[in-house]
Amino acid sequence: MDLYEYQGRDLFERHGLPVLAGGVATTPEEARAIAERLGGRVVVKAQVKVGGRGKAGGVKLAEGAEETVARATDILGMDIKGHTVHKVMITVTADVAEEYYFSYLLDRANRTFLCIASVAGGMDIEQVAAETPEKVVKAPIDAVKGVDEAKAREIVDAANFPAEVADQVVEVAVGLWQAFVAEDATLVEVNPLAKTAEGKLLLLDAKVSLDENAGFRHPDHEALVDQATVDPLEQAAKEKDLNYVKLDGEVGIIGNGAGLVMSTLDVVAYAGERHGNVKPANFLDIGGGASAAVMANGLEIVLSDPSVKSVFVNVFGGITACDAVANGIVQALELLEQRGEQVTKPLVVRLDGNNAEAGRAILDGANNPLIERVDTMDGAAERAAELAAAGV
Amino acid sequence: MAIWLTKDSKVIVQGMTGSEGSKHTRRMLAAGTNVVGGVNPRKAGTTVDFDGTELPVFASVADAMKDTGADVTVIFVPPQFTKGAVIEAIDAEIPLAVVITEGVPVHDTAAFWAYNVAKGERTRIIGPNCPGIASPGSSNAGIIPADITGSGRIGLVSKSGTLTYQMMYELRDIGFSTCVGIGGDPIIGTTHIDALAAFEADPDTDAIVMIGEIGGDAEERAAEFIKANVSKPVVGYIAGFTAPPGKTMGHAGAIISGSAGTADAKKAALEAVGVKVGKTPTETAKLMREIMSAG
Repeated sequence: MDLYEYQGRDLFERHGLPVLAGGVATTPEEARAIAERLGGRVVVKAQVKVGGRGKAGGVKLAEGAEETVARATDILGMDIKGHTVHKVMITVTADVAEEYYFSYLLDRANRTFLCIASVAGGMDIEQVAAETPEKVVKAPIDAVKGVDEAKAREIVDAANFPAEVADQVVEVAVGLWQAFVAEDATLVEVNPLAKTAEGKLLLLDAKVSLDENAGFRHPDHEALVDQATVDPLEQAAKEKDLNYVKLDGEVGIIGNGAGLVMSTLDVVAYAGERHGNVKPANFLDIGGGASAAVMANGLEIVLSDPSVKSVFVNVFGGITACDAVANGIVQALELLEQRGEQVTKPLVVRLDGNNAEAGRAILDGANNPLIERVDTMDGAAERAAELAAAGV
Repeated sequence: MAIWLTKDSKVIVQGMTGSEGSKHTRRMLAAGTNVVGGVNPRKAGTTVDFDGTELPVFASVADAMKDTGADVTVIFVPPQFTKGAVIEAIDAEIPLAVVITEGVPVHDTAAFWAYNVAKGERTRIIGPNCPGIASPGSSNAGIIPADITGSGRIGLVSKSGTLTYQMMYELRDIGFSTCVGIGGDPIIGTTHIDALAAFEADPDTDAIVMIGEIGGDAEERAAEFIKANVSKPVVGYIAGFTAPPGKTMGHAGAIISGSAGTADAKKAALEAVGVKVGKTPTETAKLMREIMSAG
């Protein structure tokens, strides 16, 4: 889960790291209250999870409460690269003398964590690494030993931080690592890490990603999810414990296993190239034990998407038996009817693997004109795309 | 023969008395796996009956190894306890630990991996979030269905469970030496490269199927490895060509970050080193079939 800048700033503050005083507002009136509390000159920043806010006009300076209200009014509701601004962060300003870069992140390739540090901050670090690689230090972090003062000093020396800020950077490096571990983060990025004219170090931006698998030890993380930007279908699926991602197509997809479902999306998209360019409408993994209830919940979500014109149920029975899946599909349609849902969209079902023959017989025996059985994955994708194209 | 898991492997189950653990212990036994016991400190000294096979429960992995000579552990404990279970297995220096559990925090995986490295990597870790490893006809450690296919000369390594089953099914008439599900998490113990190296060295494997998916650069690194080290034919498949950036597709590791981790980049990297990459699982199976029949 990626956090907004203000959530990252709050998180840094909670962990005792030096950030600018500030607050977050969803209305101009809230912005006024914050400006009055902070006093003097402030910066108003659009809160969107996309880069390039400054260039898009989403970051403005304001002097006093009235101007803050005016700037907040301008920025709230603005569209930045397809993201609507629902919140602005307001902080006091800092007199920045120098800008550095500092981050901790997951290093998948080396199965550990990585620290990236540079005295060339305030710009895209990938660009810095490409143009002046000598200015970027990448230090692997041992996940057991972590970052203590000695390790932090090693990084600070390697990155050539100026002597007058070295001690402060060491302190930030250790504190940031502690926050990274304590919050189960997969990324904490500070760009810029700034030195003020007075020589004080400040974390001026916050990019933080948290590990959703660690949610069980962070009940507070759930509150960081911005409900306003969650797709309603994704939200409904989550409430039913379904692994669903909304996409922009016409063929609803239900399958078992993340890899097989991803593969199903691809196969449907290829078939769509021959049928009106229809595309998969969603990712939905119903997992191992696909009971009738789980299948009904899945079908209900997929069918409630108005852009869906046909549904492809693609199941390989490994541990799951295909006869159970077939019963699930038949019962799911009955269940939906009982719930008062009018199901009119065609279902193409491919069952293979464990008890496939029995499963196919159940589908045939159901005599439901909406269910069409195709016994290969590629063939079924072709048919589902064809039906979606005809229904568009 | 096979890689890492053979008919002589003696398997214990951490979490054998839990619902998933007991279900799959029963299935592993039915598949002919030599399961010799389980671990649960609270039930140590008792036995569990699996359709007539009485399995002892031990207090620790070390105790189980001492008593039974076990050399493989399959871990089914919940995510909160997985790190502790794996560290216990590492401390006991068991040669192979298969971590089935899904939803393990990545900091925990990074920690037990670092611990394993510090201890000299005496334990091969497969997973977490994986279906396990099966050497058809010999032994099965994990949740891969045993009856899809029989023994043969293809090696299979895959990030995905159901795609593993699909590929085993497509090529069921040819059969497999070993199928390894390495898991879809961002950090995993055994990688594509480890499996490729083992298959290359295995006299009973003639060709290799490698299944990858979006996220990270494991497939790109595997391509470099193949170029330098693998003489046996390799066929590849990548899932997630149509996945949008920034969205996690089911597996915690299956996410395109910015322009990194796309299926196109992985396919290109593999093809650049001469690996044939199928557009669909069925087409991939067909490519492998051609190689095996050309023999």
